[in-house]
Amino acid sequence: MSEAAETQSEIFAQMDQVPAAGSDVIAESPLSNFHWKTTGAEAGVTLSEQGLAGHLVLRSAGNSSFEAAVEKVLGMSLPGPLQSVSDDSGRVIRWTSPDEWLLTVSNSDAFSVEQQLRAEASGHYSIVNVSGGQTILMLSGDSAEMVLMKTCHYDTHESSFPVGKVVRTTFAKSGALIRRVGESEWELIIRRSFSDYLALWLQDAAGEYGLQII
Amino acid sequence: MLCIFCPHCGEYREEEEFSARGQAHIKRPEDPEACSDEEWGNYMFFRKNPKGLHHELWVHSAGCGKFFNMTRDTVSYEIKETYKIGEQPSVVAAEK
Ligand SMILES: [Zn+2]
Repeated sequence: MSEAAETQSEIFAQMDQVPAAGSDVIAESPLSNFHWKTTGAEAGVTLSEQGLAGHLVLRSAGNSSFEAAVEKVLGMSLPGPLQSVSDDSGRVIRWTSPDEWLLTVSNSDAFSVEQQLRAEASGHYSIVNVSGGQTILMLSGDSAEMVLMKTCHYDTHESSFPVGKVVRTTFAKSGALIRRVGESEWELIIRRSFSDYLALWLQDAAGEYGLQII
Repeated sequence: MLCIFCPHCGEYREEEEFSARGQAHIKRPEDPEACSDEEWGNYMFFRKNPKGLHHELWVHSAGCGKFFNMTRDTVSYEIKETYKIGEQPSVVAAEK
């Protein structure tokens, strides 16, 4: 660990946000108590919540030490504008702003990844664990794109929104970070405080195509 | 709806994603203590309200969250250009 990295660990209070084994604190995803109304029959839209993932906001404005740390710890480079990168284990880095990225890892890895990045990087950067503040919804199926077209005004056509692209935009009366994962598979990252509202919205929007929850 | 080019995202987005934040290129006085009340008052409160070309500060609030500048015609609403903070506009009104 470099001297600069040591100083950083002392300055920033780091906390593992995952309840310790044997703790009586129950981890619940934002939509764990939501009662979905599914249509049962032919489902054109499939929704699933990938709750309780580790979400880390990475910020750096051209700090090469931080960029190298990301490459060393994650084996991926910070992607350019509106792009994302992912690895086989399901870790994803999404560009959200010229000096900001959202990294998702498994819940149990979030703290160790943060510590490893801090140990490697020096200089001016920031890592914030926002796992408790947002959740991931996976939207797929033949009519998934129709649901998006009702919900946001961004052009979802493949020529404007190819697989791998990431767009943060208005979503219903809230906002979402949208990533196209496959031709008919989309990832939505939404705020915890809006999750009930957006779940109701998506349930309503998907109703006419048939909704299935997995 | 206007389509606005965000110079940070590098593409056009709907107006709904943006917020306007008033006149651009307002320079804070180098030495506020040395300002007269009138100079400080002009800096703090007085803004241009031109008919025609205007340089404005906008923010891509629902997108990348970054500020940038825009040259806009206040009569036709036509957006002439958007450019990053620190850059100078290429479209400017003729000196009167
Ligand atoms: Zn932008």
